[in-house]
Amino acid sequence: MSHVRQVTDKRMTADEAVAQIADGMTVGIGGWGSRRKPMALVRALLRSPVKELTIVSYGGPDVGLLCAAGKARKVVYGFVSLDSIPLEPHFRAARESGAVEALELDEGMFLAGLRAAALRLPFMPVRAGIGSDVLRNAPALRTIADPYGSGDEVVAMPPLGLDVALVHANLADRRGNAALTGPDPYFDDLFCQAAKAAYVSAERIVPTCDLLDEAGCVHALTIHRHLTAGVVEAPYGAHFTECLPQYGRDETFQRAYAQAAADPERWAAFTERFLGAPDEPAYQRAVEDAK
Amino acid sequence: MITNHSRAATRGVTRPATRAATRAEVCVAACADAWRGDGEIIASPMGTIPTLGARLARATGEPDLVLTDGLAYVVDGDVPLGTSSEALTVEGWLPYRTVLDALAGGRRHVMMGPVQIDAYGNANISCIGDWNRPARQLLGARGAPGNSVNHATSYWVSRHAPRVFTERVDVVCGVGNDRAAALPGPAARFHDLRRVVTNLCVFDFDTLDGRMRLACVHPGVTVDDVLAATGFEPLVDAAEVPTTRTPDAAELHLIREVLDPASLRDREVTA
Repeated sequence: MSHVRQVTDKRMTADEAVAQIADGMTVGIGGWGSRRKPMALVRALLRSPVKELTIVSYGGPDVGLLCAAGKARKVVYGFVSLDSIPLEPHFRAARESGAVEALELDEGMFLAGLRAAALRLPFMPVRAGIGSDVLRNAPALRTIADPYGSGDEVVAMPPLGLDVALVHANLADRRGNAALTGPDPYFDDLFCQAAKAAYVSAERIVPTCDLLDEAGCVHALTIHRHLTAGVVEAPYGAHFTECLPQYGRDETFQRAYAQAAADPERWAAFTERFLGAPDEPAYQRAVEDAK
Repeated sequence: MITNHSRAATRGVTRPATRAATRAEVCVAACADAWRGDGEIIASPMGTIPTLGARLARATGEPDLVLTDGLAYVVDGDVPLGTSSEALTVEGWLPYRTVLDALAGGRRHVMMGPVQIDAYGNANISCIGDWNRPARQLLGARGAPGNSVNHATSYWVSRHAPRVFTERVDVVCGVGNDRAAALPGPAARFHDLRRVVTNLCVFDFDTLDGRMRLACVHPGVTVDDVLAATGFEPLVDAAEVPTTRTPDAAELHLIREVLDPASLRDREVTA
């Protein structure tokens, strides 16, 4: 009897990855604002029939697009912004029309919630939030007195448990390891650990033996295969958000996105031209053609 | 031979007198003064004039202030706004996760820009109207709740108006002095509201009840101008309210020639 060592190859398409997401699931999305968002996976989600999602995100156009497409039932966020354009137009519209339920958190409370989920704890103490209306607007949240008797009182932030996490990396291997080589890794590794299943898209998939050399520094190898269920090669997969050091934000495209969002007719045209593409390569071609 | 220099001398031109400080430059110096005495802490300015203020503070009396490029790098160097990080001395790495942990450690003084702020310094950046169905959704709470209960917090308002300085704010993001006082036990022991700098004046909270006090008015602004633009009654000392100091020649040189030669400050405040 022979034993053949066959490692798991987790490569898949963006559509195959999001096919694992069912109606009503809680989906965490990595990145920050309009920076290194897993947009290829978000676009696949827009093409899928899935609905009634709870989106957990340091939000940018990922949140806006999912709200505009009616995919989001609830959004959990500390902010939603396009960075160079402070307010996300689709998210604003969804909040102002009451189309989505909202759990608005302080950024540190959000981090505490991710940590609680990643560490399988019932809550994480955090000072952020006390005295503010974040607690008034989220009456399910509780504070807790110091059990050691100091009289101090902090927020007991419950876990932001995720069914699925979606993140975009600079590099990955087929086994689901990934490298974040830009200046800020944000919270992507925590999103992965807080999720039952994490899907990583990457600018490039390289052989495992080249991953460290290509990443340039071992500190970049922060997404580990024991936390990932699938890996998707998606060049320019963060478009139109930035993905440093490979590319900056496509400000021209983002402006067009924000302007189109302000007007239903223009939004319909924008959707048809870009988001109506049958797959990610067709989207990227439409973006190229628009330049 | 007649040199340029001697030609100028024959016309009686020696050295152009320093132009008087503009309102924007007074605001930069007033923001810089917010960080005076802070020593070696992270200064986190939001907005052009607070950023110039923090850099001016470091270039003058607070050389050990820790400043970032607004992204993930801690950087040193007196350079123009907008200079890319590659051209700066990088002295550390401060990605968002580290910022969120560092702020809970308290060695930080932030200057944030509220959309609404009340007399006790409760500040709103979340939304206007009822939170459940806002008339206008804004950014969200961001880091304001955590900042305000963990370390020194100041505010910058580039357009002082009654719709900003409101009797009540629609959503308390940054925690004010009344809310902090109502917290149990030592929960608010790190809450530390410092000052509010605007295009018209500076407020502090040097009062018995924690309400805003008009600390000084900028040159050319009257107390009545401030009161007319403020939607609540700040404490105004019976004695004359002092005038905000104007930056000295060395500070004006730093602002104009070194830190902001493109005059980006004038886009935020015009005189």
